[in-house]
Amino acid sequence: MRVKLDRRQAFKVMIGLGGTAVSAMLPKPAQAVEEHPAHPVAPPDAIAMLYDSTVCTGCKACMPACNEANGLPADTLLSGGIWDMPTGLNAQTKNIIELYKDPQSDDFAYVKKQCMHCLDPACVAGCPFGSLKKSDWGAVTWNSSLCIGCRYCEVACPFEVPKFEWNSWNPKIVKCEFCYDQRLKQGMEPACTAACPTQAVIFGKRDDLLAKAKDRIAESPDKYFENRVYGEHEAGGTQVLYLSSVAFDKIGLPKLGTTSLGHYATKVTSVIYKWLSGPVLMAGVLGLAIRRNWNRHELERVEHEKETGFPDQL
Amino acid sequence: MLSSLITAATALETIDERLSHCGISRRSFIVFCSSLMIAAPYGLAITDKKTPEEVAASLGNVIRPPVIWLHFQDCTGCTESLLQTSHPDFGDLILNIISLEYHETLMAGSGLQARQALDEAVKKYSGKFILVVEGSIPTKDGGIYMKLAGRPALEVLAEIGGQAAAIVAIGSCASWGGIPSADPDPTGAVGAADLLPNKSIVNIPGCPPNPYTLLGVLLQYAADGTLPEADDQRRPKFAFDREIHEHCPRRAHFDAGNFVKQYGDKGHREGWCLYEMGCKGPDTHAGCSTRHFNEIPDVWPIGIGAPCIGCTEKAIAFRVPMFQVVQLHTIAAPPTSYAAIGTTHGAISPLATGLVGLGIGALAGAGYVASREFSKVRNDESAPGSKPPPNDSESGPGAPV
Repeated sequence: MRVKLDRRQAFKVMIGLGGTAVSAMLPKPAQAVEEHPAHPVAPPDAIAMLYDSTVCTGCKACMPACNEANGLPADTLLSGGIWDMPTGLNAQTKNIIELYKDPQSDDFAYVKKQCMHCLDPACVAGCPFGSLKKSDWGAVTWNSSLCIGCRYCEVACPFEVPKFEWNSWNPKIVKCEFCYDQRLKQGMEPACTAACPTQAVIFGKRDDLLAKAKDRIAESPDKYFENRVYGEHEAGGTQVLYLSSVAFDKIGLPKLGTTSLGHYATKVTSVIYKWLSGPVLMAGVLGLAIRRNWNRHELERVEHEKETGFPDQL
Repeated sequence: MLSSLITAATALETIDERLSHCGISRRSFIVFCSSLMIAAPYGLAITDKKTPEEVAASLGNVIRPPVIWLHFQDCTGCTESLLQTSHPDFGDLILNIISLEYHETLMAGSGLQARQALDEAVKKYSGKFILVVEGSIPTKDGGIYMKLAGRPALEVLAEIGGQAAAIVAIGSCASWGGIPSADPDPTGAVGAADLLPNKSIVNIPGCPPNPYTLLGVLLQYAADGTLPEADDQRRPKFAFDREIHEHCPRRAHFDAGNFVKQYGDKGHREGWCLYEMGCKGPDTHAGCSTRHFNEIPDVWPIGIGAPCIGCTEKAIAFRVPMFQVVQLHTIAAPPTSYAAIGTTHGAISPLATGLVGLGIGALAGAGYVASREFSKVRNDESAPGSKPPPNDSESGPGAPV
């Protein structure tokens, strides 16, 4: 098969090649720091929550406090309209106390679930329109006016935090935002830490709380699971830190690597989309296939017309 | 002693002076102060003191505040509830602690005599007295539905209220209209604060209100000239900052899910929670659940088995049906139930992976085989329609036009 290159086609090829060369040569903005490092370092002003499961008494004072601060209705589906009784984080619940019961022994542990406010969150990396973003002090906030409701964040989050408001015509993504607009901006600590009567969950600078958590571990070396703080390195580090006497995966904190999820996500996408190489390659392969089939069809058509004496119907 | 009392009455005197004039012992005053410490609302200025002696020392120097008490559209229930208080008893209160200048229910005089007393008291203590308003004020038709000495209540309140140093609206009627303002509200009843919005007014709503709240407000005003911190409905926070539900003695039954379903049923006899009978406790800010009436334990609505009607809330009592269940706003399920640790994402099991793989493989295989079959048919020269019959090429369906 001989490909005949006419003048017009030659120009097309030249423009294509030239464009690729120019885009490769154009100066890219200098990046002093890597945007999504594998092991991000918390900025000095990063805030955090430290939740100590061994101190929590399961009083749930944080739950109505959260609902009140965020204007969320009580989830009374299970209780017949009486109590706020969610079965997990949902569109009406940004914060919940769950109970782990050991099936064999009488061991139990409470665990508080809310957004982990990762240092480099998967939801932010996955959000196609920048609706979710890392705001001041590291709070992961959601902007309703940019959200298209694709729920990528819900799928991306390894902690299953963002929830979609299924029962609404104008659904929202509901997740803990560290009380960013509600309280942080006014100089107040989040509603849950303010409400906690036993200081099981406390608020502060991430560095301070990490030091405090390590002090607690050092004070009683046999008390805490693996003598470590969950959230120090998990998923690249989170701004909610956990101490527990029960294995973390038993209380619903998944085993995660230390690579930040934002780093992972951007590494994959950056390889695919580097200089648009992925889409260009894809389009090229498809174009070649179409061209091959078209040529084949042309040959067959002529033959077919000769055989039957009829023009091609396609 | 009588003459000393008469001379004392011409000038304002401190509580200490008054007590010595009346021959009341220091000891009984200390007893009164300790009962005040125990019974008075928490957070009140005088209860910051640590010993009854300290309370006595600060109270003793207080000049007894002159109080004028006006009745408008009321049932006198607020006065009645004050009369039933025994620590301090009402006589103690009006004779020794405050100087009650005018009170229609309690005064001996009537008619012209009473009116004269009122006029004199207002003139004498103008700008210094505390006005206690009981009952709502009718505004419809020029306020003709209630008259005092031939003048509409509106006019009387405007005149006397204008000269008062502070106004205490006692009861729900005086606070915002209360029962007289309930639908269909024939008299256009409003509260004192609606008519005198610029005066310093404390609302002590309730039907009836707890007498200790009035006592606390009066004593604080007398002691340092300030009124207690109030919420947006002008209710003193020391008595109205918490919901009945927060300290309800039956809260444990609420948390356990033990509800009265019908008056007289087993739960009602056992003293279970009255929420489902329409108790407004979860929406009502008042101190009733911690300070019962008449110094008798359990003497308050829920204590005797009747649901709270929300009388201290403007939007509830006499507006919402008595047995309508209120919406609970921010009450977490009690510690008898917890959500279990769970995930919704789930994990990928090897079996599922295998099954999906098999399915995809089968589809791909079938597709390949089918495409081969189609190609075979395409190349089959004998297949019908692939070639026009040589004889009747003119009439073939695909004949060229």
